[in-house]
Amino acid sequence: MNIALVEYGAGNLPSVERALSHLGVESRRASTPDALAGCDALILPGVGHFGALMRSLGERSLVAPLREAVSRGTPLLGICLGLQAMFATSDEAPGDTGLALFPQKVSALPPVDRLPHMGWNRLRRARPSKLLEGVLQDAYFYFAHSYAALDAGEAGVAFCDHCAPFVAVLEQGNIFATQFHPEKSGPVGARILSNFVRQAGSQG
Amino acid sequence: MSLAHRIIPCLDTDGERVVKGVNFVNLRDAGDPAALAARYNIEGADELVVLDIAASRDHRPTFLETIRRVAAELAIPLTAGGGVANVDEGRAILRAGADKLTVNTAAIRNPPLLTALAAEFGSQAVVLAIDAKRVGDRWEAFVRGGSVPTGIDAVAWARQGVDCGAGEILITSMDKDGTRSGFDCPLTAAISRAVSVPVIASGGADTPDTFLEVFREGRADAALAASIFHDSIQGLGALKRYLGEQGVSVRQTG
Repeated sequence: MNIALVEYGAGNLPSVERALSHLGVESRRASTPDALAGCDALILPGVGHFGALMRSLGERSLVAPLREAVSRGTPLLGICLGLQAMFATSDEAPGDTGLALFPQKVSALPPVDRLPHMGWNRLRRARPSKLLEGVLQDAYFYFAHSYAALDAGEAGVAFCDHCAPFVAVLEQGNIFATQFHPEKSGPVGARILSNFVRQAGSQG
Repeated sequence: MSLAHRIIPCLDTDGERVVKGVNFVNLRDAGDPAALAARYNIEGADELVVLDIAASRDHRPTFLETIRRVAAELAIPLTAGGGVANVDEGRAILRAGADKLTVNTAAIRNPPLLTALAAEFGSQAVVLAIDAKRVGDRWEAFVRGGSVPTGIDAVAWARQGVDCGAGEILITSMDKDGTRSGFDCPLTAAISRAVSVPVIASGGADTPDTFLEVFREGRADAALAASIFHDSIQGLGALKRYLGEQGVSVRQTG
């Protein structure tokens, strides 16, 4: 299978590549519209700032090709900021438009607990999840963020509670995303990635 | 449901090898950073810190290579630092494979550096490291590896650092560092109360009790230790089992 990591000049690509490689999955990097078009599955990693991510994608003319790939049915996994980029807007960059695969917005978490939400936390499952297949209920995942999607309608399949309940795992058809970092979440994180690869194989 | 308290092994390096010593004197070799990283990754560390305590400019390429080698062994987050003085040096550390970077001396001399780093990489990637020593009824921040007093109040500096953009505080008690007599709970609690970001306690780690104390009395979100792990005085698995039994939320592994 031909899996590509979307390369836009930021994001922690090597750790995702390494995690895939440990699963025996080779990936490549896609930084042009043509490269995106020829993939069986896409991963959008992300760290940093919503506005900076969208600007980087825009400068590389990757926004429309990403949306087109998703509408063609190409499986897409967003990680951390890559999840947030799937929404229409974010409090982090008012005025900037996201990929808008979902109409809701990304919110600043209210400062009830310590922020950034940094470290290992558990999930609360709301709906059946393909990414979480075979993962124990009380498993911990690594988070590092201050913004989050509080609502994704039916696509929100698992939530985490820190400052407010927010979407931790998102799934809808060929769209998958996690607010946590599977590539930094030890063996359970590897399971998430392998579940995505398996889904991509059966969908693609 | 709650965020787990993190246990963080720290690799102090001369850029290339893990070294040990009290207050940066009598340094001796304590192993290969990548080998130790691989071990802690498997044993259940929640995160790893790797520092270049020599922090000499000539040595920087060697340290970046060390970060790459360490990162290649990890499926957990990595924090790296030592002598970071500007955004370009921060970027080099993150590009080498670190998820977060620590800043210390340069931030005290130039607090807007924190703002610039946070704007470039996000607050979640910027850890303000503070070396503090008790002076009278307060704690004073020291720089240059704890060798130079600043006259600055450590608690006030932590608060200012967070206002400038730091997303986490790594507070090291110079009074406790290397003593194996327990963390400095009053210092850690004072910092923890003063800021809204997570606080990592460092210096003085010993028995599992000392970790329990710093999580409860010290209000720490994470605790860092070096030699007790390197010398296998304390196993990570046993430590986390103990903390779990005491009702502390920790990520159990295996």
